Amino acid sequence: MSIDVTQFHGVFFEESFEGLDIMETGLLSMSQGEIDDDTVNGIFRAAHSIKGGAGTFGFSHISEFTHGLETLLDQIRNGEREATHEVIETLLSAVDTLREMLTAVQSSSDVDEEKVAQVSHALEKILDDTVAETGVNSEDTSVADSDESGTTETNTQQQSWLIHFKPLPHLLQTGNEPIRMFRELAELGELTVSVNDEELPPFTDLDPEICYFSWELTLTGEMDEAEINEVFEWVDGDCELTIERLQENEASDLPELLQEQQSHDKPEVVEAISQPMATDNDSIVVEAPSKTPIKSDAAPKKKTVSSDASTASIRVGTDKVDSLVNLVGELVITQSMLGQIGDNFDVSMLPQLIDGLEQLERNTRELQESIMRIRMLPISFVFNRFPRLVHDMTSKLGKQVELVLTGEQTELDKTVMEKIGDPLVHLVRNSLDHGLETPEKRLAANKSETGVLKLNAYHQGGNIVIEISDDGAGLNEEKILQKAIEKGLVEPNESLSPEKIHELIFLPGFSTADQVSDLSGRGVGMDVVRKNINSLGGAVEVKSESGVGSTFTIRLPLTLAIMDGQIIQVADQRYIIPLISIIESVEVDISKVKKVTGKGELYKIRDEYVPLIRLRNVFNLDGGIEDLEHGLLVIVDCEDYKIGLFVDELLAQQQVVIKSLETNFRKVKGLAGATILGDGTVALILDIAGVMAMHKEPALIKQTSLKSVV
Amino acid sequence: MANILAVDDSASMRQMVTFTLQGAGHKVTLADDGKQALEIAQRQSFDLVITDVNMPVMDGLTLTRELRKLPSFKFAPILVLTTEAGPEKKQEGRAAGATGWLIKPFNPDQLLATVKKVLG
Repeated sequence: MSIDVTQFHGVFFEESFEGLDIMETGLLSMSQGEIDDDTVNGIFRAAHSIKGGAGTFGFSHISEFTHGLETLLDQIRNGEREATHEVIETLLSAVDTLREMLTAVQSSSDVDEEKVAQVSHALEKILDDTVAETGVNSEDTSVADSDESGTTETNTQQQSWLIHFKPLPHLLQTGNEPIRMFRELAELGELTVSVNDEELPPFTDLDPEICYFSWELTLTGEMDEAEINEVFEWVDGDCELTIERLQENEASDLPELLQEQQSHDKPEVVEAISQPMATDNDSIVVEAPSKTPIKSDAAPKKKTVSSDASTASIRVGTDKVDSLVNLVGELVITQSMLGQIGDNFDVSMLPQLIDGLEQLERNTRELQESIMRIRMLPISFVFNRFPRLVHDMTSKLGKQVELVLTGEQTELDKTVMEKIGDPLVHLVRNSLDHGLETPEKRLAANKSETGVLKLNAYHQGGNIVIEISDDGAGLNEEKILQKAIEKGLVEPNESLSPEKIHELIFLPGFSTADQVSDLSGRGVGMDVVRKNINSLGGAVEVKSESGVGSTFTIRLPLTLAIMDGQIIQVADQRYIIPLISIIESVEVDISKVKKVTGKGELYKIRDEYVPLIRLRNVFNLDGGIEDLEHGLLVIVDCEDYKIGLFVDELLAQQQVVIKSLETNFRKVKGLAGATILGDGTVALILDIAGVMAMHKEPALIKQTSLKSVV
Repeated sequence: MANILAVDDSASMRQMVTFTLQGAGHKVTLADDGKQALEIAQRQSFDLVITDVNMPVMDGLTLTRELRKLPSFKFAPILVLTTEAGPEKKQEGRAAGATGWLIKPFNPDQLLATVKKVLG
């Protein structure tokens, strides 16, 4: 039978990439001088697995490349080589190359051969420094990689061999059985077996675990000594074995020889092994021990693994699955309880029904929370890329930075996680590039040479908070202000509080770097960071103190699939406003409304004027309340501004499951998605920024005929 | 057919070994490392154990030594899967009580041939 090994590629890639991450993390901690056995062993094991897997699944070039890496790691592991800076850097670049090679294979694209050769060469160069050890190692493996039996010349001539085989008494305890070896020999040619049982003690003294026999075998056929040796390969050292080639005349005399032997031994077994059943009977003593293991009836658990490589998968801890199973069990109980009530219901059972429904609600909520938890992954998935980034960047910038990660186990929805990576990378680069100073500057400022960059994550309410803080120079307020004036973002004589100045960096088109550096400036400004975070329903803010450092704080919803929403009524429609963006809801005091020509209405709330947006106008609805005094104004956060949404009525607050309009219909300006309410009707979720844009540009409104959506 | 315990820390190797052996009609139980395998082996016996050598928590050689202490594994065939084909490594495997070894990389056919060799 032949098995298509490509079906295992998906799992192989997945585990190899994980292995590379382990190697990278390990190497980085080694570069900081933390060299312990566990780390080195972990790195070695990862390389070892990739090599083995790559060989098995037909990626010999990856296997070959990994070989040098593995050899080097093995030397470090055995203390034969020091993990110098150079060695670690080379290993890191080998990890990168390996990742590229794997990615190339996975996506069937070409790999940069030159780079592979270069890194490969760098590895060899290090290995060549101590030729003695590497020589032996590489030779071993080259033998392992090639087919072992192919090394000796094959003799196709018919010949006979006399084999004397005397197992040491403990042979059976290695799981090896003479009978199996004899069968294997019988496949090579014609075999005769004669047993010598002289050492067999009286039955009463017999120890069934010990092998008392020895054998004389003759084998005739087209085979060479190597093939015979291979049969005994596993017992080499556990037996006395001689293999002699019989001269032709001896071979022809053999039957007589055997006859002779048979006659002066007791009449014993001499049988062609071509009838293995017969031999089985004759070697009960040998066979018996293998029968001793008690067959267990308990069926082993079968783990079936999906081989579908294209679908993304998440690993879920068994505790999470267990809790789900448990909750489903409770749900079933509740259901049967409700079923019983329903079977013969009368009004007197109302309290029981209400109890049952409450229980159902509790079950549903718990089930929902548990399911959400399955999608949650620790933020370490994102944090883990930073040690490498910091390592690479600091060496380029000539800075010394210690990266401190805390709260790595804080869990976050997988989708949010995927989208927060880039903004975080940007903020970290920013801190390294602009925030933290060079060792000289730090010493001059009476700080320790090594700067500290902290990444911290924790849960707060229904949000996850991620902080990126450094003990660098802080934001340069003077420079920021100057730049903002230059760009016409601020009036030259305007006086701004430090907080307002800090906020300026998030404005579109703002970048303080005098020249775009290769590190932090990638044509992406902080405005994009803020926009990305806002699009996830989150917010970012900065706190900075000159000379002490700066802290960026990101707040994100734990999940994008479910959110708390406020249901509102406008005309005959119900909409949902994300609760997180609502600041307050007020009754309109008509004296505070100001009409500005060309800009619509403004509402004065405390000291601020906020744009007043009538949702019925934005969504082109007929009916609804026109008189401001009869409706309500919902003040919401829109990126950096506050706006007031004028609605007819506030209805309930509830958790809503977000259904994407894009996947189910098409993208609609001003709407973030839709959901289904308790009564089965569809309600649309407002995208505040989109609503604001539509308000500013009424032309957009006409394009969106809401009637076609609902 | 035979009841086989397969131990490997690599998911892809576990998958390949399982598919191959199940395809040949064997029953396969899996473990991620030596410790897990030992826990399974303490409750249940097997006709054959196939284990990787280099694994976290408990390596394959320690597992082999521990298994040989269990009555039901005293004579059971134990195969070690190894890329380290140097003579000392084989010797280590034998000293630990392994029946034989299969050298990585191997393909499904080689695995089946070796399994056939020990199961007869």
